[in-house]
Amino acid sequence: MIRFLVITLTLLFVHLNVQGIEVCKSCKVSSIHEAVKAAKSGDTLWVKKGTYHEYNILIDKPLTLIGIEFPTIDGQDQGEIIRVVSDSVTIDGLFIINVGTSYTTDYAAIRVVRSKNFVIKNVILEKLFFGIFIEKSSLGKIYHNKIIGDAVDEYNSGNGIHLWYSKEIEISKNIVQGVRDGIYLEFSDYISVDENISRDNLRYGLHFMFSNNDVYSKNIFENNGAGVAVMFSKHIRMYENTFRDNWGTASFGLLLKEINDLEVENNVFRNNTIAISVEGANRVNYKGNTFESNGWAIKVKGACYANLYSGNEFLHNSFDVSYNSKINDNVFDQNYWSKYSGYDLDKDGIGDIPFRPVKLFSYIVNRTPETIVLMRSLFIDIIDFSEKVSPVFTPDELQDFNPLMKRLK
Amino acid sequence: MFKILKYSFFDLVRSRWSYVYFLFYLLLAATLLFLNNDLSKAVITLMNVIIILVPLIGTIFGVMYFYNSKEFTELLLAQPIKRSSIFIGLYLGVAVSLSMSLLLGIGVPFLLYGLTQSAAIWDFSLLLITGVFLTFIFTGIAFNISLSNENKIKGFGYAIMMWLFLAVIYDGLFLMSLVFFEDYPLDKLSLIGTMLNPIDLSRTLILLKLDISALLGYTGAVFKTFFGTNQGLIISISVLFLWVLFPAIRMVRKSNKKDF
Amino acid sequence: MIKVQDLHKKFQKNIVLSGVNLELKESGIYSILGPNGSGKTTLIKSILGMVLPTKGSIKINDKSIKAAWDYRKQIDYLPQIANFPSNLKVKELISMIKDLRGNSKRDKELINLFGVEKFLDKKVGTLSGGMKQKTNIVLAFMFDSPILILDEPTTGLDPVALIHLKELIQKEKERGKLILITSHIMSFVEEITDEIVFLLEGNVHFEGNISELKKQTSEQNFERAIASLLISNHV
Repeated sequence: MIRFLVITLTLLFVHLNVQGIEVCKSCKVSSIHEAVKAAKSGDTLWVKKGTYHEYNILIDKPLTLIGIEFPTIDGQDQGEIIRVVSDSVTIDGLFIINVGTSYTTDYAAIRVVRSKNFVIKNVILEKLFFGIFIEKSSLGKIYHNKIIGDAVDEYNSGNGIHLWYSKEIEISKNIVQGVRDGIYLEFSDYISVDENISRDNLRYGLHFMFSNNDVYSKNIFENNGAGVAVMFSKHIRMYENTFRDNWGTASFGLLLKEINDLEVENNVFRNNTIAISVEGANRVNYKGNTFESNGWAIKVKGACYANLYSGNEFLHNSFDVSYNSKINDNVFDQNYWSKYSGYDLDKDGIGDIPFRPVKLFSYIVNRTPETIVLMRSLFIDIIDFSEKVSPVFTPDELQDFNPLMKRLK
Repeated sequence: MFKILKYSFFDLVRSRWSYVYFLFYLLLAATLLFLNNDLSKAVITLMNVIIILVPLIGTIFGVMYFYNSKEFTELLLAQPIKRSSIFIGLYLGVAVSLSMSLLLGIGVPFLLYGLTQSAAIWDFSLLLITGVFLTFIFTGIAFNISLSNENKIKGFGYAIMMWLFLAVIYDGLFLMSLVFFEDYPLDKLSLIGTMLNPIDLSRTLILLKLDISALLGYTGAVFKTFFGTNQGLIISISVLFLWVLFPAIRMVRKSNKKDF
Repeated sequence: MIKVQDLHKKFQKNIVLSGVNLELKESGIYSILGPNGSGKTTLIKSILGMVLPTKGSIKINDKSIKAAWDYRKQIDYLPQIANFPSNLKVKELISMIKDLRGNSKRDKELINLFGVEKFLDKKVGTLSGGMKQKTNIVLAFMFDSPILILDEPTTGLDPVALIHLKELIQKEKERGKLILITSHIMSFVEEITDEIVFLLEGNVHFEGNISELKKQTSEQNFERAIASLLISNHV
């Protein structure tokens, strides 16, 4: 009796206080389709608990769609589920499953096209193809969503959060896992990506292509095919992210390819096959990062100019720095190297002899990758030691002249 | 043979060197665990030590024991015992007691540390298995060298040279040939090169189990598909077996032809 | 019991035995004599199977010893230099050999006879030469085999032990054993031996008993007779 009373009162309260349309199986409006059709611009649709078998829901006017106790929208693998083509649409608290898979059309659970001021939050997506697909839109927020895919192969899976030609969008506190690319940005500028967790994705945790002036911070990228790939982009800032356990034959924590003007600060790289793989990156500042127990901490391929590495910590990586050329235009200064065995007679906290982060073996491995089978052989230790004493093969000027004696933190 | 094995084993178990060897491993394992507090890292460091030291100690011990037990062998040769039993017995005595020191010295601290609850137990077992294999292989080779050389100093020199070759020089030649033939596909060559040297084979087996294979890139993938499968594991263990078997067979043959 | 036919042995280029023929049919005490390097030890070791002949054959009780090992059950051997594993106690050494060869009934008697019980608990490595030799004798006589080979049995023995040894050898002979001895102590040889086998440059130079030897060399003194064998050959 009391229970009945509480429920009636709650419903009454909802009814009385908010302008809008209720959707439920026993309501006047029993499908979201109808509700959207019936709604006026600016209305709120209350979708109650229950399962709605619907797809191709087109939201073409400013609406707020709120799920109560996570109603389920089951697309039954028919294709796209919600498409937003109007400004100022909010979608909140839905549980969307069974997005159709196609090899020709990128079906998404929620697609936003040419719209502004949208908000997508508290949405849970499962059994999806593409998750949230933002197309030529701006000034939106994607907040506190959970996207859980079950992708097995790259060719028939989609991305969790996908931005294409979009601007000024905040993506924060989302969890994305089990899709192809966790978060994908293409031709998207002024995007901020914060405090997300992207893990167990087939390809990249976060993927940037041709996107400029973006910031991402405090994200965790864990156990992805590869952590973060930043390609053909400029003016990106990355700080306080964690890249860990991106471990596999071709895995890396962070890939930088053809990019300029980047800040990489205070990130943590742990247990990645390659922590940072750099190819054609210029004017990149690496500061205060921690590289711990990676295969390669920094692997530099091709020409990279005017990069600065300072105040980083290199702890127990198999290779700290690897170069494939003798040319060096990068500066290593005041980093902490766990392999440093020098001394500090004047007690200023800075080692008195420079540290050479490039080992002969890493040079040989770059040249003939198969030689890596000799890793941890005594012979390799011996030649590394002799190279350390009198360098012949490794870039002579590639040194940290002020290696720190103690860890920073 | 088992009687000989029993006597040489107990003879060695009571000798000072077995204790030194045992204590060395005990200390090493305990320090590693104490300093590292990380089981799998301790296993890696231990691997570096085992790969080099176990063969060296097997070699030195084998040669030393052979020359030192010359009187014992001569005493036994006049007894109604088969020659092959005598030498195989002595050899097994040395190899078994060295293996015991290794197993106990490393095993005890790890067990106390709580190995059985750790995922590293398989890596650790593999480490111990290869350690035992290397002990048998290098003791066997040492016995062969001593059987062929009456002169102690010469025998000792050859044995150390052999160790140096397999532990260091071989890898140098291996590296040079890989670099020299870098324009050709090298997977097979590197696989074969690894197989032919018991030290390299053991190192690779352990490295792959420790999942450093990801570091090995494409070659690693080739290695992983080879060594990672049951078939590959069986082949590598068989190769290690052959490495034990060949010195033993030659030991029997050589001893049957030798004058004392 | 022992038949050696056309025995040759070369160590690399060094010819040690060149066609030794020897047949020891009956029980008795035989002494193999000869200068240093004449091949005495090589001959003994060939019989024991420790040295493998280059050519020729050895038969024990009409069975070839080639590639055989269990014929050694019929042989007790007292090696020339008594070096034993030094880590073992005398007691353990004795019980080890017993363990390897099967049980012995005579060990207590022999231990008593040579006074070995005094140092049963000592490590072999700490024994004096005489003590080692006594242990050696105990080990050799312990098993009561039909053939006894004694390589320099008197080394390091005190007079009392020497007397015991001689008595023991005589007793063994009376029990019908074949005893093969090498020694440099001529008085010892003269006292106990029945037959002499004189080796020179890898060949049997003389075979017969002491009186035959004296007659052949026309010497009255045994030691001189032996010496003259050597000299006549060298002249």
